[in-house]
Amino acid sequence: MIASLLAQQPDAVERVVDTVTTGEAVAFWILGPLALAGALGMLFARNAVHSALWLVLTMLSLGVLYMVQQAPFLGFVQIIVYTGAIMMLFLFVLMLVGRDSSDSVVEVLRGQRLAAAVIGVGFAGIVVASVARALTDVEPVGLAAQNTQNGGNVANIGEALFTDYLFPFELTSALLITAAVGAMVLAFTSRTGKDAKKTQRELVEERFRGNRPGSLPGPGVFATANSVATPALLPDGSVASESLSELIETTAKERLEDDVAEVSGTGHQPDAHALKGESS
Amino acid sequence: MNTAELLADDPLWLILVKVVAIFAFLVVMTLFMINWERKVVARMQQRPGPNRVGPNGWLQSLADGLKLAFKEDIRPVLADKWVFFLAPVVSCIPAFVAFSVIPLGGEVSIFGERTALQLVDLPVGVLVVLACSALGVYGIVLSGWASGSPYPLLSSLRAAAQVISYEIAMGLSILAVVMNSHSLSTADIAGTQTGTILWGLLPAWNAILLPVSFLIYVTSMVGETNRAPFDLPEAESELVGGFHTEYSSLKFALFFLAEYVNMVTVSALATTLFLGGWRFPFVGDDHILNSGWFGLLWFVIKTLGFLFLFIWLRGTLPRLRYDQFMRLGWKFLVPIALVWFVAVAFARYVRQEVETGTGLDTSTALIVIGAFLAAILLIAFLLPDKREQQDPNAVPITGGGYPVPPLDLKVPKSPPRRQVPVAELPGDQTKEPAAVTAASQKEASDGRV
Repeated sequence: MIASLLAQQPDAVERVVDTVTTGEAVAFWILGPLALAGALGMLFARNAVHSALWLVLTMLSLGVLYMVQQAPFLGFVQIIVYTGAIMMLFLFVLMLVGRDSSDSVVEVLRGQRLAAAVIGVGFAGIVVASVARALTDVEPVGLAAQNTQNGGNVANIGEALFTDYLFPFELTSALLITAAVGAMVLAFTSRTGKDAKKTQRELVEERFRGNRPGSLPGPGVFATANSVATPALLPDGSVASESLSELIETTAKERLEDDVAEVSGTGHQPDAHALKGESS
Repeated sequence: MNTAELLADDPLWLILVKVVAIFAFLVVMTLFMINWERKVVARMQQRPGPNRVGPNGWLQSLADGLKLAFKEDIRPVLADKWVFFLAPVVSCIPAFVAFSVIPLGGEVSIFGERTALQLVDLPVGVLVVLACSALGVYGIVLSGWASGSPYPLLSSLRAAAQVISYEIAMGLSILAVVMNSHSLSTADIAGTQTGTILWGLLPAWNAILLPVSFLIYVTSMVGETNRAPFDLPEAESELVGGFHTEYSSLKFALFFLAEYVNMVTVSALATTLFLGGWRFPFVGDDHILNSGWFGLLWFVIKTLGFLFLFIWLRGTLPRLRYDQFMRLGWKFLVPIALVWFVAVAFARYVRQEVETGTGLDTSTALIVIGAFLAAILLIAFLLPDKREQQDPNAVPITGGGYPVPPLDLKVPKSPPRRQVPVAELPGDQTKEPAAVTAASQKEASDGRV
C-alpha cells in the first residue's frame, strides 16, 4: 500500500543532497544560456509577440532550473502562474493591439537610450555584486531536511507561508484584491439609472417599435473602392444618409462624383459600337 | 512500498519502455476515440456512421491520418513563418507530457523488474497537469495569431480567455481534493480513496465525498479541452474552423492529435482524482482484483467512461453563446468552488477537533454551524427581490426576435370557393401525346372540382 507522502521517509534523505551534482551542473549549463538567450531575444525582437515568446522561454528555463534545484513546487508554480496566466494575458493584449504593430523607431524622449544604458548597467552591477557574495560566501545548509522531513517540500513551504511570513502574504493578497476591485470599477456599467446599458431584449423591442425593423443599409462598396467609408448611393445617384457611420469619417463627396454620375445615368455611357471596331 | 520509491530505482531501459508505451497508448486512444466518437454520435443521430474502412469501419481514423500526412502543406503568405510552425508543436508536446504523472496501475513486474505502472511520481504531480494544460493553450493562441487571418485570430482570443477562466474553476475544484488527501502527488491521491463509506454501500471515492468538486471539475475539463458545448474557439458556424483554419497536412493532424490526447489526459486525471484511480472499488489493495495488471483494466474502463461523457455531451447539447459561457465560468463555477472549498476546510477542522477531543466538543460545533446557517438565512431574507418589470404593452417576441401573433388570434373564415365552369374540350383529344393529355386532363379536373 502506498503510504502517504506526509509520512516520514527516512531513506529519501539519501536522494536529496546538499551538494551540486553532475546532472544539476549539466542542466544549469543548458538552461542558463537558454534563459539568457530568451532575455536577449525579448529585448531585440522587433515584433511585440515575438518578444513575449522569448520571455516565455526565459520563464520556462527558470522554472525547470528551480525543479532541478530541488524546488519542484516553486518550479511548477512559476510555469503555471507566470507562463500560463500572466504571459497569456500579455499575449491577449498584444493580439488585440494587432499583429503588424511594431515598435516605432522614432525617439520621443531625448537621450533616453544613454540614460537607460547607464542606469541598467548600474543596476546589473548592484545585483551581481550582492548575489555574487551570497553565492560564494554563504554555505547552503538544510536543503535535505526541508525537502524530506515534516511533510517535504510543499508542506514546509505552506507552513512557512502561513506562520512566519503570514503578514507579507496577507499584504500581497490585499494588493491583489485592490487591483481586482479597481479593474471592476473601471469596467463597471450600470444596469439601472440614467445612463443604463440597454439589454439585448430592450434593443430588439425598441427596434420593432421604431420606423425600421430591418438593418440599416450597408456601405456602398463599388468596384472603385473597398472601404466602408464609401456611402451607399440611391438609384437616383443621391447619397443614402443611413449608410453613413457615425464613427468613420466618410469619403469626401467630390471623390464620388463619377460614381454618382454612373448610377444616375448622366455620365459616360458604354459605346455600343466599340465591339464592332467601328469608330462612331 | 511507496510509489515514488518503487519508481526511483527504475533502470533507464524501463523508463524508455514506459515512455514509448505511454506514447503508443495515447496515439492508439486517439485513433480509437475519433472512430468511437463518430460511431456513437452517428447512433445518437440514427445513421450508420463510418463503416467502410476495416472491420466495421474501425480503421477509418487510421486511413484519415495517413491521408492527412500526404496532403500538401500550405502556409499563407501573411503567416508568421516560425510561430506558424511552432504552434502545432507547442500544442502537442504538453498534452503528452501531462500523462507522465498519471498512475495507470499498481505494482507489476516488467522483465523481472518490480515497478509501478506510472512514468514518474512527483510530490507536485497535480501541478504538472495544470502546468501542461496552461502551456497547451499557447499552441492554440499562437496558431490563431500566426495564421495572419481574422477568423483564427478571433478564435485564439476566445481560446485564451476561455482557458484562463476555466483553469481557475478547475484549480479551485482540485484544491478541495488535495486538502482531503493531504497530498499533491497523483499516486497518493489515488491511494487515499480506498475503502468504503456508509457501512460499505459506496466506495470512498472523492466523487462521492466531494460531489461539488467533482461536478465543477467535469464541467471545467470540457471547457479546458475546447469540446462541445464549450467549443467556442472552433465554432464552425461562426469562425470557419477556428484556430486551425489555415492549417493543413501534418500540422493540422498535430492539432487533432493534441485535442484528443488532451481529452484522454483530463479524463485520466478525473479518474485519478475522483474515481479512485486504477483500484477496483470495495476490495483492499491485497485482493486479486487489485493485483498486477488488473489495475490497468479498471483504469482504462473508468477513463473510457469519461470519454463517453465527452461524446454524449457533444451529441446532446448545443454550443453556448460566448457571454453565457463566460457567465457560467465566472459567476457560477468560481464562486461555488470558493464556497465549497471553505466549507470543506471548515468540516475538516471540526472533524479534527472532535476526533482529537481538544477544545471543541460536539455542542460547540453544532452552535457554530447553526449560527452560520442563520447568517446565510438572514442574508437571503435581506436580499431585495429582483423581479423584472413587465411592460404590459410589450410586443411578444420569440427566440428569433420576430413578433408573433397571439395564441388566441381569431382568423376569419375563408369564403367558400366558387365553382368555375370549364368548357368541354372537343372530342379529338386522343390524337395528342399521352403526357400532354394527362396534364391537360389534370388541369381540367382541377378546374371542375
